[in-house]
Amino acid sequence: MDFDLNEEQRLLKESIDGLLTDSYDFEQRKKYMAEKGGWSKTVWLKLAEQGLLGLPFSEADGGFGGGGVETMIVMEALGKALVLEPYLATVVIGGGFLRHAGTDAQKAAHVPGIINGSKTLAFAQLEKNSRYDLFDVTTTAKKKGDGWVIDGEKFVVLNGENADTLIVTARTKGDRRDKAGTGVFLVPANVKGVAKKSYPTQDGLHAADITLTGVEVGPHAVLGNPEDSLALIERVVDEARIALCAEAVGLMDESLKTTVDYIKTRKQFGVAIGSFQSLQHRASDMFVAAEQARSMSMFATMANDFEDARERANAVAAAKVQIGKSLKFVGQQSIQLHGGIGMTMEAKIGHYFKRLTMIENTFGDTDYHQCRVADAGALI
Amino acid sequence: MDLAFTKEEQAFRDEVRQFFRDNVPPDTRRKLVEGRPLSKDEMLTWWRILNKKGWGVSHWPKEYGGTGWTSVQQFIFTEELQSYPAHPPLAFGVGMVGPVIYTFGNDEQKKKYLPRIANVDDWWCQGFSEPGSGSDLASLKTKAERKGDKWIINGQKTWTTLAQHADMIFCLCRTDPSSKKQMGISFIVCSIKSKGVTVRPIQTIDGGTEVNEVFFDDVEVPYDNLIGEENKGWDYAKFLLGHERTGLARVGLSKERLRRIRDLASKIESGGKPLIQDAAFREKLAGCEIELKALELTQLRVVADEGKHGKGKPNPASSVLKIKGSQIQQTTTELLMEVIGPLAAPYDVHGHDASNEAMDWIAQIAPSYFNNRKVSIYGGSDEIQRNIIAKAVLGL
Repeated sequence: MDFDLNEEQRLLKESIDGLLTDSYDFEQRKKYMAEKGGWSKTVWLKLAEQGLLGLPFSEADGGFGGGGVETMIVMEALGKALVLEPYLATVVIGGGFLRHAGTDAQKAAHVPGIINGSKTLAFAQLEKNSRYDLFDVTTTAKKKGDGWVIDGEKFVVLNGENADTLIVTARTKGDRRDKAGTGVFLVPANVKGVAKKSYPTQDGLHAADITLTGVEVGPHAVLGNPEDSLALIERVVDEARIALCAEAVGLMDESLKTTVDYIKTRKQFGVAIGSFQSLQHRASDMFVAAEQARSMSMFATMANDFEDARERANAVAAAKVQIGKSLKFVGQQSIQLHGGIGMTMEAKIGHYFKRLTMIENTFGDTDYHQCRVADAGALI
Repeated sequence: MDLAFTKEEQAFRDEVRQFFRDNVPPDTRRKLVEGRPLSKDEMLTWWRILNKKGWGVSHWPKEYGGTGWTSVQQFIFTEELQSYPAHPPLAFGVGMVGPVIYTFGNDEQKKKYLPRIANVDDWWCQGFSEPGSGSDLASLKTKAERKGDKWIINGQKTWTTLAQHADMIFCLCRTDPSSKKQMGISFIVCSIKSKGVTVRPIQTIDGGTEVNEVFFDDVEVPYDNLIGEENKGWDYAKFLLGHERTGLARVGLSKERLRRIRDLASKIESGGKPLIQDAAFREKLAGCEIELKALELTQLRVVADEGKHGKGKPNPASSVLKIKGSQIQQTTTELLMEVIGPLAAPYDVHGHDASNEAMDWIAQIAPSYFNNRKVSIYGGSDEIQRNIIAKAVLGL
């Protein structure tokens, strides 16, 4: 039982916090947002230089062999600085599929580019009506020779606009909501038949709706078992959820800090509004919510190593519920305590609120996961 | 970072659990499960079993009879005790006055009181709150005047839990009316059997009488009953309240209640099928379980931190424990009310249907719900806890 970071983890935290303090204040972020694609290649390469893009990969694959705690540290820091760069899409999700299911050849083809910052990935999973069910897939992959032909539409693909490679879920067998029959495919983004419609998202990131029409890929495009990869998808998406929990904790920490600083300085009726008890109590409740979220983010991070997949899934779902409840409270009250200025795009707090809000609706919202926990039986 | 318990800690958990299985009197356990009050004898019997094992004052320093357990072991012990459930040690003696005496008392007081606290030869109760001094405790008026080698105490204390069973009471008394309110208070102990002490029960909304008013009319106590220094009582009171903060999360207790809710909801029907199959109910239950899981982790963070860095610097997260712990305890009693629904109504259960034994424990659910409203009021109300967070943590 130990919640402290070890020496290496402390150094990692210092290093990423240092990097982001230097290169990611709110004004700098605005400049990055205006760059082509909506994020900064320069910052991305700095992350690569510090080894952060290779963090979770094994040393054999050229990475640093970092585990869940290391990813948690990075995601918290990225959240705190409201980072736009596609770490989740590329390193956590894309990297996750390659780590868990990539063949040596697939890893050799993709991992070095991720680690050195030259390539990014995107996860094309969501469909128009699939909502949060990962097994709900209508995109098809049909055998043609020894390769595959993929057809379908994917929505809100984060980093879909910029990614070099798409990781596409597609059905090789069965009906729309069958648990079996889904495969995962590595699809080069520039291949014939891939059409993208790009747009910024509410939180300042970028996504794309992607249509795949007769997209032909070779046999080496398959990650894992093409006829039964739901367990793989769930595993990687759980890792994404865990990373989002940590990012949300970073966002909440910064939201609370910014809000408390604001009410200490904003004066009304001749005094700092932070001297009013109703505001103090609200801020205390925000602190309580953020601490409960931090506890569950740690729990989820540890749960990733659970051997029993159901137990892992249940723990991650529980964490996502707590994070969802906490982020809603902290996010909304941050705006409330800021008052009118919190409503403006000029103040940074609103941007934190927007990112927090989008996190709740990514890979299962609070109700969705609460249902899962309820159906799974006793958590306690 | 490693959230797993070590093999040694798991073995310790098994040992503790086995001890409870072998030693908690079955009747006592059943009463606790059903939320019924224990008799004085039932409590004393159990506490003496615990003390004989050497676990009566487990968190005290070894030299005064403690176990020398790590913070994590102490956490496991408390969690297992609450979750079995077994009755916890008497907070007023073991958790409050004991630590004040071994920290601030003189050798004679330690020798005189500590072994008797451990074996509950003296039943202690707490004389802090007064009718005019609740959250603003430092405004208390009960005064102790020095007269030769005696104190003469006059005033009134209230909310004195289980004073009807008590032998001793520890009081905050004003000893220097001229100084600023926190400065003139002393910590004095007194036999509740002394001449001039009157204990009067207060009936609470659950129908019980676990709290009392205690009146002091020219009560004479020896000067040596002063603990620590004169007019330093406020410091000792703060020490005492800080000492119990982590205990108020009651994670084990809420775990036990949640298991009971699940069990009852599998038996009680709604719409012709077990209530547990009702999706709305099940989600509410899951919501409470998740909150409790988060609280358990938050408590472990505090415990692990204390184990590593000592109790000197309180972990900011510890302020969360009382607020969330109270909220969750109250939610569990709400869920129990929801489970039994209309059967919650009968107050005099035997008058209602003496032939139905099952009604006997069902009748405890509404009182327990009413009674649990107290947990967000005592030990520093929710609002006081928020003040503490705002000032001590957020710097507002």
